[in-house]
Amino acid sequence: MLEEVFRDEWGRVLASLVGFLGDFDKAEEAAQEAFAIAAERWPTSGVPANPGAWLVTTARNRAIDRIRRERTLSEKIHLLPVAETVMDEFEDTVIKDERLELIFTCCHPALPLEGQVALTLRSLGGLGTADIARAFLVSEETMKRRLSRAKAKIKATGIPFAVPDAHLLPERLDAVLAVVYLIFNEGYSGRVDLSAEAIRLGRVLAALMPDEPEPHGLLALMMIHNARRRARFSGEDLVLLDDQDRSLWDMPQIAAGRTALDRAIALGGRGAYVVQAAIASLQTAERIDWPQVAELYRRLVDLTGSPVVELNRAVAVAQAGDPAAALRAVDRLDLDGYLYLHSTRGELLRRLGRNDEARAAYRRALELATSTPERRFLTRRLEQL
Amino acid sequence: MQYALAIYIEPGYEDALSDAERDAMYAEYLALGEDPRVVGGARLQPVETATSVRVEGGRTLMTDGPFADTKEVLGGLALIEVTNLDEALELAARVPAARLGGVVEVRPVMPR
Repeated sequence: MLEEVFRDEWGRVLASLVGFLGDFDKAEEAAQEAFAIAAERWPTSGVPANPGAWLVTTARNRAIDRIRRERTLSEKIHLLPVAETVMDEFEDTVIKDERLELIFTCCHPALPLEGQVALTLRSLGGLGTADIARAFLVSEETMKRRLSRAKAKIKATGIPFAVPDAHLLPERLDAVLAVVYLIFNEGYSGRVDLSAEAIRLGRVLAALMPDEPEPHGLLALMMIHNARRRARFSGEDLVLLDDQDRSLWDMPQIAAGRTALDRAIALGGRGAYVVQAAIASLQTAERIDWPQVAELYRRLVDLTGSPVVELNRAVAVAQAGDPAAALRAVDRLDLDGYLYLHSTRGELLRRLGRNDEARAAYRRALELATSTPERRFLTRRLEQL
Repeated sequence: MQYALAIYIEPGYEDALSDAERDAMYAEYLALGEDPRVVGGARLQPVETATSVRVEGGRTLMTDGPFADTKEVLGGLALIEVTNLDEALELAARVPAARLGGVVEVRPVMPR
């Protein structure tokens, strides 16, 4: 229970402290101190009415004490605007939520992508360094270095703790969404639950930017995908959408995803995440409207120019009843090293009754397959021909 | 905060421009130079004029040409005074070389 409060409050408390102290390391230190005091006191004294405000006040006071102790007060106090007054006025002031500033700082494009990801999980998600290291299969030492390098660059280069100006916002928001989606996809293959973590971040982002469509779109996309996670594998084996056991789908999560999607569309969202969420939503319908899915994939091709998306569009065209047109689209793609191009060709050729060519395509796919479930799936397809 | 912009160019990139385009580019550089946030800078002579110097065991070794053999070469430097990295990056993106095959490296200056 206490742990839950901590996880929920960490991002907000840290954001407020970074804003106040202008320094990630000092903020983290102060936050940790405050959380430690809370862990000691709350079990006996009870959780305060506003745990976040309590934690921020305590952490700020500790940070100020520490700076005083360091006896460089006279030198540093001018770096702490309004420090004294804030302390007194604090009791009944609502803490300004500065998590958005924190997100944009952590996902600044001047930082290496892996640093952005790690720092976002650490600062906003409140994950420990060891947990993040485990999730990304690197040593704790490596992850520690990655985090401290990112923090050092923020400090040395003057990356602002701010929400970017309107003219920079679209580009910078894209960077933030990319980090969250990357975290989500890390978790999809099932190690530490990074997908749940990404959804938490997505919720925060959508709540903090209620009028921006794409955060709602991303949240919708993640929820609808995640809701089908348990149905995607049978033991070790991949299960295709058609064959998935729908009773394993998390229906409330799909409904929540659809609500977020509706909101994104109502806000005029037509970007890549909104379109992908709309596709995912259509694919959870009782009877899938494949022509509509194909049309959305066409939009997505226009937005991304990605041949992999075009491949998905071709699959939707085939599902809509035109495997010949789908095959023509697939054969225009320059994706020879891509496993799913060949498995898709195999399936299309099979449907068109061209079994010899289908076998050849599946064999080529098998050459490219690296994971055991994939190999097993393709072998089964070959045997069925 | 002060930042240095190291402006790297592809040698001869100007040759590909029409006279009008080149004039427009120079006008842009002039305008940037007059921006009050630009506190110093220099445009360098072509890379053929470079000599690299190093001292080893008390001996001064000189080689003709730039220190690193790369496609882009240092073409100029600017020193700017802005509030944060975002502002520095915006100014860097306005340097014509950045969109003409070159690249602008942005580095904060050590406080003195």
